[in-house]
Amino acid sequence: MDGVHDMGGMHGFGKVEPEPNEPVFHSDWEGRTLAITRAMSYTGVWTIDQTRAGIEQLPPDVYLTSSYYKKWELRLERLVVAMGLAGADEIKAGHALRPGKTLKRKLAAIEVPNTLTRGSFARPAAAPARFKPGDRVRTKNIHPQTHTRLPRYARDKVGVIEALRGCHVFPDTVAIGKGEDPQWLYTVLFDGRELWGENAEPTLKVSIEAFEPYLEPA
Amino acid sequence: MAHDHDDDHHEHGSELSEMQLRVRALETVLAEKGYIDPSAIDAIIEAYETKVGPHIGARVVARAWSDPAFRRALLDDGSKAVMTLGLLNRVGDHLIAVENTPKLHNMIVCTLCSCYPWEVLGLPPVWYKSAPYRSRAVNDPRGVLADFGVKLPSSTDIRVWDSTAETRFIVLPMRPAGTEGWSEDKLASLVTRDSMIGTGLPKQAREAA
Repeated sequence: MDGVHDMGGMHGFGKVEPEPNEPVFHSDWEGRTLAITRAMSYTGVWTIDQTRAGIEQLPPDVYLTSSYYKKWELRLERLVVAMGLAGADEIKAGHALRPGKTLKRKLAAIEVPNTLTRGSFARPAAAPARFKPGDRVRTKNIHPQTHTRLPRYARDKVGVIEALRGCHVFPDTVAIGKGEDPQWLYTVLFDGRELWGENAEPTLKVSIEAFEPYLEPA
Repeated sequence: MAHDHDDDHHEHGSELSEMQLRVRALETVLAEKGYIDPSAIDAIIEAYETKVGPHIGARVVARAWSDPAFRRALLDDGSKAVMTLGLLNRVGDHLIAVENTPKLHNMIVCTLCSCYPWEVLGLPPVWYKSAPYRSRAVNDPRGVLADFGVKLPSSTDIRVWDSTAETRFIVLPMRPAGTEGWSEDKLASLVTRDSMIGTGLPKQAREAA
């Protein structure tokens, strides 16, 4: 989806403003929003890629003007309603008005330390990897309206395969409920000038992590 | 953009209370439906506020500076090497450590969202998730470094890693001069969070805790 979330290379957002001694959360509701999201993900009702797609589908003006955890909160409300887990009327009322669905599992406090580890996205491969380190590749010129992890600034560009990172769940299909369809993942390295033209910083190289369907031989 | 920053840091009282109310309503509904247990919510918050943070990454870097075999293992397979330190229950797959040298400076970004090595650095700071950083890191890394007060020689190559998949990156910064023979604890006190993202450098020896 060519949305405002795909920010690489955009102009006009101003300076980066680091905050000295930044707290982990700036308000209690931020921590609760993060934790509720984690606990709901644990039940298995959605995947990480569906949650990313959920943020990207926020209206652009909302995306750009909401703080990070406000975006998480808005996404959580949308996902919960979209998946039929609760009604908008219940969220408005602040209480359940109907019984809940039966979910696969529920996170207990005692299990929390075990959930701080990232899940594994590696999967067995259906076929050998098409490319090897050193190969020149061109990223495809694709503009799906659905979720993808190929950023706009790195489409239709020539780069070099630097490393093979294993075979992983393919975000583009799993985000739209079409299955994990595991794909080989590569680190692809681009010269700054290939991405940004002749005036690019001459010492710059940028890499992306690219799934095999994003690539063709160059 | 500046507006985003303001929202994060100086929220208006009205938005703050509105968000508190919204989150409380949502949590209540999900708990009453039987999907979540509020005590697990408390435990997750406590873990991110007190247990997981950049102190873990700093131990990893200090060990790599002290132990050449560990450094090689870390660069070879970050997840496996970090596991051997026993700092975490388990490390997720595909943690990749990238090493700074006098000729090469590495910087980590996620232009599409906010991917970040939570297990070794904790939750990302607001600036890492902000539009200015996500937009500029890939085409103006020296400008971004200047925002952090960092200036590198013009001959230093800059490598930006865009975290567009489930691989996660941590920068192994260069060991500061004048730290020969230091203990790992003392070395770890020089390792800042930003030095492991690539937007900062470690503290110098005279700044040691």
